[in-house]
Amino acid sequence: MAPLIEVRGLRFKYEDGTAALNGVDFQLEAGETVALFGPNGSGKTTFVLHLNGLLTGEGTVQVCGLPVNRKTIPQLRRKVGIVFQDSDTQLFMPTVLEDVAFGLLNLGIEHAAALSRAHAALETVGMARTASRAPYHLSAGEKKRVAIAGIIAMEPEILVLDEPTANLDPPGQRSLAELIAHLPQAKILVTHDIGFAQALCHRAVFFQDGVIAAGGTVEEVVSRLDWDFSVERSKFRP
Amino acid sequence: MHQAVVERWSRGNSLLHRRDPRAKIGALVVFLVALATAHRGLAFTAAGLLILLACGFIWARVPLAGAMARAGLVLPFAIVFALISWAAGDPGRAVALVIKSYLSAFAVLLVVSTTPLPVLLRGLEMTGTPQFVLLVAQFLYRYLFVIGREAEQMSRAAAARGASARKWIAASGPFRAAAGALAALFARSYARAEHIHRAMLARCFQGHFQTAQNLRFCRSDAVFVLAASLIPLAVRIAAERALPWPR
Amino acid sequence: MKIVHIPDGFLSTPVWVTLDAAAAPAIGYLASRAQKGFEQSQAPLLGVMGAFVFAAQMINFPVGAGTTGHLLGGALLAMTLGPVSASIVMTAILAIQALVFQDGGILALGANVVNMALAGVLAGYLPFALWGTTSWRRIALFAGGALSVLVSAILALSELLISGVPMSGRMVGASVAVFLVSAVLEGAITLAVIESLERIQPKLVRRPSRRTSPVLGVVAVAAVLLASVGVLFASEAPDAIQRLTHQTISEASGWPTKSLTGLAGIALIYGACLLFARVAARRRSV
Repeated sequence: MAPLIEVRGLRFKYEDGTAALNGVDFQLEAGETVALFGPNGSGKTTFVLHLNGLLTGEGTVQVCGLPVNRKTIPQLRRKVGIVFQDSDTQLFMPTVLEDVAFGLLNLGIEHAAALSRAHAALETVGMARTASRAPYHLSAGEKKRVAIAGIIAMEPEILVLDEPTANLDPPGQRSLAELIAHLPQAKILVTHDIGFAQALCHRAVFFQDGVIAAGGTVEEVVSRLDWDFSVERSKFRP
Repeated sequence: MHQAVVERWSRGNSLLHRRDPRAKIGALVVFLVALATAHRGLAFTAAGLLILLACGFIWARVPLAGAMARAGLVLPFAIVFALISWAAGDPGRAVALVIKSYLSAFAVLLVVSTTPLPVLLRGLEMTGTPQFVLLVAQFLYRYLFVIGREAEQMSRAAAARGASARKWIAASGPFRAAAGALAALFARSYARAEHIHRAMLARCFQGHFQTAQNLRFCRSDAVFVLAASLIPLAVRIAAERALPWPR
Repeated sequence: MKIVHIPDGFLSTPVWVTLDAAAAPAIGYLASRAQKGFEQSQAPLLGVMGAFVFAAQMINFPVGAGTTGHLLGGALLAMTLGPVSASIVMTAILAIQALVFQDGGILALGANVVNMALAGVLAGYLPFALWGTTSWRRIALFAGGALSVLVSAILALSELLISGVPMSGRMVGASVAVFLVSAVLEGAITLAVIESLERIQPKLVRRPSRRTSPVLGVVAVAAVLLASVGVLFASEAPDAIQRLTHQTISEASGWPTKSLTGLAGIALIYGACLLFARVAARRRSV
């Protein structure tokens, strides 16, 4: 079966000329969950923004069998759902329900149907009781769940989550992992949280200076690149 | 009293809360105009209107004392001008200033504490206010406290930096630190807006905000707006005609 | 901003009715220019920058002798977002302040919009538009900030005087002195923030076109005339007011003429704003 995402030789430069991506090759199969590791600024977020056409670079990017170009972007933005790192910029509507229904209304779905699908998505993430609340009053964990509801309401085929556990306490991280594990889509998790990645991901890739420097299981990548701080804890205790 | 309290009041479920916002807006405008144009018998008109509004708060199960205190925010400004008027030999105007500004604020508060802001904005849109301005107001309100929190953090950091400037540079050190903090906050806010735009595009935004709120004006709303408009007018007419006033 | 928001109950009926009637179509027009047909994607940016202005008022600027001041924002918005967007943001700010914070009246919203969102923004932008790319730049930035506050405040004061609030000549003078201090502060803050912004993110500050359009010159002259009319009226008012306080409001004979002059002045502002909005919109689409 053809991979859901096929990226070859992706290059991208910022406006000021600095190269953000220097030839990235990447594949995502149906049902997989892949972790993207790497130092800050190595291109992980820049990379995922190419998957739904928010950024366009050189090279080939194929998503669900379609090349990413101006004509396919409207469809692809429904098929690829990105949950951004900052929930406050993602939840921009005045109430939770309006925010979750935002994407559905943009797709032209009729009003009543959009609201009922939004309610269903909120049920899935366990946030149905917050439907008429303002996002400002929710906790970080609740906001993240509502953001996910807003994406899964659109029934994407691929889910991308950028640093989902940032700002969450360990119980919050655990319940988020449970939620994500139950979602049927193929997923890409950009994360620094090794434990989180180990719990959810089949494999991992490691970004460095705009290319993928290594790939394999989470443990392989982490040990090869010395990416796990917890291993060294004993060194620092007096 | 923090804004969050009024927001909580607005999420209640009384009969008044459930009225269509357009009915409440209409009644409010009639009330405000009746009050603004009142001259003779103002004290009695005001007493009647105050009782009317107080009944409104009680009916809506919103704490009356809290609401009366909150409406009092307008009083410092009004009292200053009242004192000026009194000193200039116009006590009638002094009293009118205080009464009218307080009652107007109290009336607006009744509407705002029984209508969540997004619903109120939608009601304004359906009564002809330009949608774009209301959209801007909607986003302003959404990010008011988010950016306020950032400003607080930066303000403390700026104060700390400025405090280390040598005294003989006078105020310029802290002043420029504050300007730098403001510029940084500006840039961050602008960047945040760009990220919001990106998140909107990622969810298939086509350039126009579809509305999720559907308002339905029903018979109770019609009855309400009629009653809520006629009663203040009746109070005013009664106060002006029924009692003998010196010409 | 907190100094010059007029609550309900202060303005006489002809004044608030006229200003509401003036503000409504002006804002409707500017909103349609800002929105450009159906394109509403700017709304979040303008909303966020409105929230910025609110939040910016929390940052204290020490001005010596233990006093602090804060930014009001109209000129800064005009120099970064452009005058049309700045007017819309200011209008949204005024609406939120009136509704959510009970700061400023509802019937008086038209007056506050004319003072701050229309005249204030125009006064804040004009020096920048005319001299922002010349060697007088720093003075233009300062003047923009100062004039936006001064014009808004003088207009508010005039409206209160026309409505019959009795202030003696000395009190009017004292108020204008306070306005001048706020104006200088706003000018200084605006200058400092714009210069700081240019260091960190130069693209955020507008580059006004080098072509000095003759229409702008006309509007500038009209604005100066207006300001003089305003000041003249304010200084003239004390004598009229002394007459007024010896009569009841409804029987003041000098009152209708004074209010007519004032209202004519305000109509001039409205015309200037409409004209400027048209000019600004045309230049942006070039």
